[in-house]
Amino acid sequence: MLHIFWLPRFRYAAGAVWRRNVLVWRKFFTPSLLINFGEPFLYLLGLGYGLGLFIGEMMDMPYLTFLASGILASSAMNTASFEAMYSVYTRMVPQRTYDAIMATPLEVHDILAGEVLWSATKSLISGATILLVAAALGAVHSWQALWVLPVLFLTGLCFAGLGLIMTAFAQGYDFFNYYMTLVLTPMFILSGVFYPVSSLPDPLQVAVQILPLVHAVDLVRPLVAGQPVTNVLMHLSVLVVYSVASYAIAAVLIRRRLLI
Amino acid sequence: MKSVIEARGLTKYFDGRAAVRGIDLTIPAGRCFGVLGPNGAGKTTTLRMLLGVSPPTSGELKVFDLPITSAGREIRARMGVVPQLDNLDPDFTVAENLRIYGRYFGIAPVALNARIRELLAFVNLADRADSPIATLSGGMKRRLTIARALVNEPELVVLDEPTTGLDPQARHMIWGKLRELRAAGKTLLLTTHYMEEAERLCDELVIMDHGKILAQGSPKALVRAHVEPEVIEVRGDDARARALLSGIRDGRTEAVGDTCYFYTRDARAVVAGLEKSPEFTFLHRPANLEDVFLRLTGRDLRD
Ligand SMILES: Nc1ncnc2c1ncn2[C@@H]1O[C@H](COP(=O)(O)OP(=O)(O)OP(=O)(O)O)[C@@H](O)[C@H]1O
Ligand SMILES: [Mg+2]
Repeated sequence: MLHIFWLPRFRYAAGAVWRRNVLVWRKFFTPSLLINFGEPFLYLLGLGYGLGLFIGEMMDMPYLTFLASGILASSAMNTASFEAMYSVYTRMVPQRTYDAIMATPLEVHDILAGEVLWSATKSLISGATILLVAAALGAVHSWQALWVLPVLFLTGLCFAGLGLIMTAFAQGYDFFNYYMTLVLTPMFILSGVFYPVSSLPDPLQVAVQILPLVHAVDLVRPLVAGQPVTNVLMHLSVLVVYSVASYAIAAVLIRRRLLI
Repeated sequence: MKSVIEARGLTKYFDGRAAVRGIDLTIPAGRCFGVLGPNGAGKTTTLRMLLGVSPPTSGELKVFDLPITSAGREIRARMGVVPQLDNLDPDFTVAENLRIYGRYFGIAPVALNARIRELLAFVNLADRADSPIATLSGGMKRRLTIARALVNEPELVVLDEPTTGLDPQARHMIWGKLRELRAAGKTLLLTTHYMEEAERLCDELVIMDHGKILAQGSPKALVRAHVEPEVIEVRGDDARARALLSGIRDGRTEAVGDTCYFYTRDARAVVAGLEKSPEFTFLHRPANLEDVFLRLTGRDLRD
């Protein structure tokens, strides 16, 4: 699967699609960066300081650090999901951007590879801004926190693939609400962003291990807190498997939708 | 002569409904080839198959002597496309649209910049290089789309209804550009439902309806082969005129809406007859492609 669907498709062509999106992003640089900064800033300041006052420490770290690491992972999820659903749908359906691209040597795979890479890039950008905010607020405890950036990129790839699967079925923007409400929001609440997964009831603790965000949080948190990271290979594998499988499925579905 | 497109028994079904039913096409290099057909005839479907973005249900299709099923990438690299619906990138300006598109073809930046200047001059948009797409008129958008289709210096340019929805000035300007391209040795393939466009631009054309090719030839040859050389049109619901025309044996009458068409080899006698009665308003003209088109595709309205 890895060989057929993924590796051979990342050529210069995917880069051209990625670059197109970078150029659009650059045009709206200031407003998009403001949004990138604004939301996590509110969370960290409001919840981190506010709640932190009552909670003090959680899992041997200040609550602000605990929360900041959760927000880092979940914002990678949200950013990539949003891009792979709303933005990709916009380019695919109302703007017909993909129709135009498909009249060039590029193929559907190149477009999707470019979009997935771009979604993950946005996760990386939003992660980097949050990391800056968190560091400024004193929530980051070690230089090893820089390792969260590749982790967030991988988290972005994973949720971009899942988002693309939704886009493949979407007949309008409303469709994405189901996925947001039924999948992303529960994942946000259950994956240890605000409190440790270990405080959930036992059966639920086991069940949430299938959620990719849990593994992203488990990687990011010790990195930010300056603690040793455990089970690295297992966490990374879950994210990689989700990324590859979701991309492969999305590619089949979207090809079927576009090549009619 | 070398042919650029070869289709044999090309067929396309959408959920069991035929859109293209086994057409054969041979399009020679360096010509302007037209596909004329009413709404729903299967023109766009045929062009999409040529691009390799719509897999044929059956049949054989080669472009530049390469099979479309396996060489789509290579074929599209040598081809330019003007789609029926504009799909310029609204996030970019005029020049940026060309630049982004050129990158999809892997054109090097320096060459691309020179090419963009040339193309903007060619379609008279040099002074709009930095305008956002939303500020362009319909005719400008169409011209930009044509420029975009030329960014890779294609051998074959495919245009799906290039002038639909444009005013006469814009249309004439685009016709002029297409003639220049043709003179520069490019092969043009265009679809249209404007007879005038087909008659003025195309060296050869096919008339298509319900997914089938009904006739093929040069505009003149088609007129010669399918209708009598002269036509008399009588407008208005004039029963006397109709009676007069249908009484003549050496011709054929057809009614469309409130107009009565009389086709004949020699109209002199009929014209003389009609001129005697001043109450008749009529038009005597040579037969044209529209007559062929209506004759072959019928007079019923399409959706
Ligand atoms: N994606 C599709 N799914 C189902 N049916 C389709 C699809 N695309 C085209 N058709 C059908 O195929 C037939 C041919 O359509 P096509 O768009 O090729 O016609 P056309 O000659 O380009 O018409 P027009 O002049 O209106 O553009 C029509 O009956 C149309 O409804
Ligand atoms: Mg069409």
